[in-house]
Order: sequence, then C-alpha cells, then structure tokens
Amino acid sequence: MPEVDLLQAVNMALTKAMETDDRVIVLGEDVGVDGGVFRATNGLIERFGAERVRDTPLSEAGITGLSVGLAAQDFRPVLEIQFMGFIYPAIDQIINHASRLRNRTRGRLTCPMVLRAPFGGGIHAPEHHSESTEAMFAHIPGLRVVIPSSPKRAYGLLLAAIENPDPVVFLEPKRIYHVQKENVEDDGKALPLDRCFVLREGSDITLITWGAMIVETLAGADQLAEDGVSAEVIDVATLTPLDTDTIFSSVEKTGRCVIVHEAARTGGFGGEIAARLAEDGLLSLLAPVKRVTGYDTVIPMPRLEHHYMPSLDRILTAAREVLEYS
Amino acid sequence: MAKAASKRAVKTKQPTFTKEQELKAYYNMLMIRRFEEKAGQLYGMGQIGGFCHLYIGQEAVVTGVQMAMQDGDQMITSYRDHGHMLACDMDPKGVMAELTGRSGGYSKGKGGSMHMFSREKNFYGGHGIVGAQVPIGAGLAFANKYQENGAVSVTFFGEGAANQGQVYESFNMAALWKLPVIFVIENNGYAMGTAVKRSAAKSEELYNRGSVYGIPGMQADGMDVRAVKEAAANAFDHCRSGKGPFIIEMMTYRYRGHSMSDPAKYRSKEEVKKMRQEHDPIEQAKARILEEKIATEADLKATDAAIRKIVSEAAEFAQTNPEPDPSELWTDIYLEAGE
Ligand SMILES: Cc1ncc(C[n+]2csc(CCOP(=O)(O)OP(=O)(O)O)c2C)c(N)n1
Ligand SMILES: [Mg+2]
Repeated sequence: MPEVDLLQAVNMALTKAMETDDRVIVLGEDVGVDGGVFRATNGLIERFGAERVRDTPLSEAGITGLSVGLAAQDFRPVLEIQFMGFIYPAIDQIINHASRLRNRTRGRLTCPMVLRAPFGGGIHAPEHHSESTEAMFAHIPGLRVVIPSSPKRAYGLLLAAIENPDPVVFLEPKRIYHVQKENVEDDGKALPLDRCFVLREGSDITLITWGAMIVETLAGADQLAEDGVSAEVIDVATLTPLDTDTIFSSVEKTGRCVIVHEAARTGGFGGEIAARLAEDGLLSLLAPVKRVTGYDTVIPMPRLEHHYMPSLDRILTAAREVLEYS
Repeated sequence: MAKAASKRAVKTKQPTFTKEQELKAYYNMLMIRRFEEKAGQLYGMGQIGGFCHLYIGQEAVVTGVQMAMQDGDQMITSYRDHGHMLACDMDPKGVMAELTGRSGGYSKGKGGSMHMFSREKNFYGGHGIVGAQVPIGAGLAFANKYQENGAVSVTFFGEGAANQGQVYESFNMAALWKLPVIFVIENNGYAMGTAVKRSAAKSEELYNRGSVYGIPGMQADGMDVRAVKEAAANAFDHCRSGKGPFIIEMMTYRYRGHSMSDPAKYRSKEEVKKMRQEHDPIEQAKARILEEKIATEADLKATDAAIRKIVSEAAEFAQTNPEPDPSELWTDIYLEAGE
C-alpha cells in the first residue's frame, strides 16, 4: 500500500479512473506536458496519451463549456482549473449550464463532469490564488461541492466525484497537499459523497470544519483534551448536499458547536450549518453556535496572511467561550 | 521568433536610433534586467511571497513601446509587470517593496508582484487574471475617446492570453467604436508550459487575429528595441489619427521560468541558450553602441554600476521597510473602514 500525500492521492485517483473507465478525459491548462501547476496530473499524458489528457488553451469559459458538451455525450470530463479564482470566467457555464442541464432537459441530458481546483490560502499567494469561495458554489442547486482533507478522502472522494452522474466542484485544499502522508489502498473504491466524516469522537463539544482548517481544528481538539475536554471533530467533506444527520447527532450529544472555516464570514457556509442547527437542532444546544472564520476582507498578501487565517488560538478561544456558556 | 529571426537573416533595413535613443533604450532595458535579477535573488532568499513572474528577455518590448508613448497615454498589463512599471517611471523602491510585502510598496504590501498601480504614472496595473486586462484596456481607451484627451491606451497581454474569449469581445468593441487602443501581444512562445503552437490555431500569425474586425496588425521583432519602437510609433499614429485600434505582435522570449517554480519540461536548455546568445535585446544594443562608438565599454560599465546602485537601494529599502500593520486588513475594502 503506497504512502502518499493528498496531492499524490489525487493523482492516484485520476490514474485509477482513467484505467477503469475510458470515458474519463482529463483536460485543462498545462495538465499534460507540465503535469498541472501543482503536478496533480503528473504522468497522465505519458500513460494515457495527449488525446485523453488534453492541454487546453487559456480559455476557462471555453473549456468549461466544452466539458459540459463532452459530459452531455456521456463522457466523464475531469477539468482542472489552475486556481479557484480562475473559475470565475467560467461561472456562467457552471451555473447556467452544468448545474442545470439535468433539470432543464428534464433528465434527457446530464452533466457528469468534475471541475477540480486547488483552493484556500496559506501559500503566500495573492487573492485569486488563495481564496475560499466554496459557499458560492454550495448555493447552486444541482452542483455538488466536495472538499477532501486527507489523502484517503482525496482518493475516495475524487473517485466518487468522477462516478457521480452530476457535476461536482472538487476543491483541493492546496495548503495541505503535502502535509500528511497516509497508506492509501489503490483499490478503486469510492467513498460516499453524501456523508460528513467524524474524525474524532467526543462528548463535550462539536468542532465542524473542512479543507485545510482540519489541521488547526484537530490541533484545537488536542489542546482541549489536555484541559480534559472531549471534542468531536467533523470534516464536512461534502458541503452540498449536506449530511445534516451526522451533524445533528453529534450536537445532540455535545450540545455545543464551533464551526471553523477559512472563507470570509458573511455568507460563508458556516452560516448555513449554524442556521440548520438553529432551525432543527435548537433544543439540543446548550450554548450559541460560534463561527471562527476568515474576515470579510480580501485575503491579503503574505505579511498579513496569518492574521487573516483562523488560528489555533482563535479556535480555542471560541471553543472555551462556548464551553463556558451556561 | 521564426518570423522575426528570418527577417533579420535577410537583413531588411532596420530602423535607426539617434545616439540618445540608443543610450536611453540601453539604460532602460538594463534597469529592468538588473531589477528582475535582484527580484529573483530576493525570491530565492525567501523575501518575496507567492509568485514572481520575471520579465528577463522581454525588456525591449516595453522599453520600445514606452519610447513611442506620449505623456498621458496609459499602460495596462498582466502579472508579468515589473518591467512595465519601471518603464512608466514608477519608483523601483516602491515596486521592490511591494514584492517583499512592505508597507512602502505601491499596494501597501498587500498586493504583491501582480497587483500594483499608479494613477500619476498612468499605469493601470498589474492584473493576475489572464486576459482580463484586455477589456479594461479598451475601457481606458473608451474614456480617452469620450473625453477627447488624445491619449492612447496600450494594452499588453501574452500570446496565451490571446486565446481568452474576452480578448475578442474587446477587439469587436474597440473596432466598432474606433477606440484608441494598441493591443500589444507579447508572444514569448509559451503560456506557462504550453508552447504557442500547441494552444493557438494559426499560431504563426496572432497579429492577424483582429483582422475580421478590421483591426490592422503587424508582427515586430520584440528582441530589437528599435523595431519595437518603430512598430509602436506607427500604431500610435494610427490611433491618434482616429482610425481605432491596432494590434502589434511582439516576437519575444522569456529566459526564466514562467514563475519561480517551473518544471522546465516544455523547452530545451539549448533553446534558451540560443535565444540568449543570439537575440538578447541588451547585448544587441550594447554591440551597436560600441560599434558606432556612441559610448565606450567603460561608459557602459559606469551605467551598469549606477543602475546596480539604484537596484540595491531598492532592495535594501524593500528588506528594511516595515511590514503593513494588521489593521490594514480592514482598509481599502470600502471607503469607510469596516469593523
Ligand atoms: C484566468 C486565468 N487562468 C489561468 C491563469 C494561470 N496562468 C497565469 S499566467 C499563465 C500563462 C499565461 O501565458 P501568456 O498569456 O502567454 O503570458 P506570459 O506568462 O507568457 O507572459 C497562466 C495559465 C490565470 N492567472 N488566470
Ligand atoms: Mg507567453
């Protein structure tokens, strides 16, 4: 079983999918000869040829629309957009076409495409190379938004995304591409796309997060454990459709909840989770839900970046406030 | 490069420069080169965060264009923008300090290498989204025309960017409304790792991509500052006489990687070496200056030393200037600072 990091797991899943399903086509800017900006598609062109691993021109709107067309003919395009901020030129194709093809054609046409993009800050890059606007996509019915946060989940969730009959926006937390290595069985097994993952069980407080913030959140749980607090940590993984069952049953148990995300606060997906808890889980709550998030500002360049990113300290402060509330 | 190179091989008549022009072009190109070399070093030392796209090899393009510009004309370009800012006479200290993320940088250290602007110097950025500056450049020209201020917008973009749809939307509007905009395609042969031949239909004639809109275009040897200046002067005449937009495809070459990390699998070392040895814009200018005895080797050494001094001072400033205060997180979002 190979020990791989998150990025290599993405590469493994792509390789596996291409091996087992010849409808899978990988395309995007520099995915071929260069093997992708982060090298996620390394080796694919050598293995599967330039017809199936297609270096495209610089045309985000065009290549996204093209993928919709491919998908409408039952191909399984896996499109790489180099950074999340470069998806915006393609937003029309994603919202107006990819996400609505099934609905608009009453199921006559579908859009089994995957749009992969690295996202999130922490690599000292400017705005469009660092932001987290996953909530924008989560707002669109018909799209699935999937965010892996470990090598195993990257492998299993990407395979699931490719197998899924509907469009998936698959966002890769680039800050943790190389943070953790795991033994990942290359067995082609997909993980469920409609489930949150409980990374650590606990009984005093529920910490909910996704993407790269997993690292700080787990560290927070460790610290709390030293204070004798048992924290449950949930990786949402699939933002939409949201697995509220896992979230509710955790909060029923703990009665306290902190949501952590890197994206700006206003309109962030944490607000959606908090609202669900308020609507349907209020009576389980022993304290108001708190969010620890990025600020409502443009993610700044390196010298200020660490002020922007939710820190371990901020997570602990919020958790303690929630724990002390009575 | 093929076209420009073969032109040189048959020795077509080259436009000539006055002595002053030769020296000015040499100075300006060398300033960009030394600045970029220093930026590369600072990056290597971990002083520069994120990305840093160097302009080394392409210096003649912006230098020649600038020499044909008039006061009031605007420039706008992509993220490969340090050379353009220096050509616009922006302060090397402010540019370098922005690269290192310091409060004295042009964007208070919050923008980085891709995002700097100077209203006074008519530099409209520094844009990280490939191709997005093109309609903005057309918009600058719209404003010029509306105000009848006689100014021309020079809108630079790479040959890779030339495949973005909004470029053609801009061509259409610019032609339709006869906007005074020069579209300068800096064709350095590659968009990241993708060679132009692999990404563009009719890649040998990108200058022709406005022809269906009736926009005249030409190709120029972007490694020869004199050819660049002449092509640009011609384009400015066209724009200023009210005939609308013009396209120049500058055949050029970048020596360094796309950004600071580059797998360099897409081209051979020999190719880069050959371009450096045979077409370097600065070496060409230097050879002419010496051959025509415009200046001596010693004079040029002194010029280099003076430039190096300016660049070192900029680097010094960029490493000692304070970092932005965390309160800057809250500024420049709205006119009134939020919470
Ligand atoms: C919309 C968008 N897509 C992709 C990128 C990533 N990217 C940055 S530069 C670049 C290549 C651009 O090539 P070219 O236009 O030829 O300019 P050059 O870098 O050669 O100066 C790419 C793909 C981006 N910044 N914006
Ligand atoms: Mg290029």
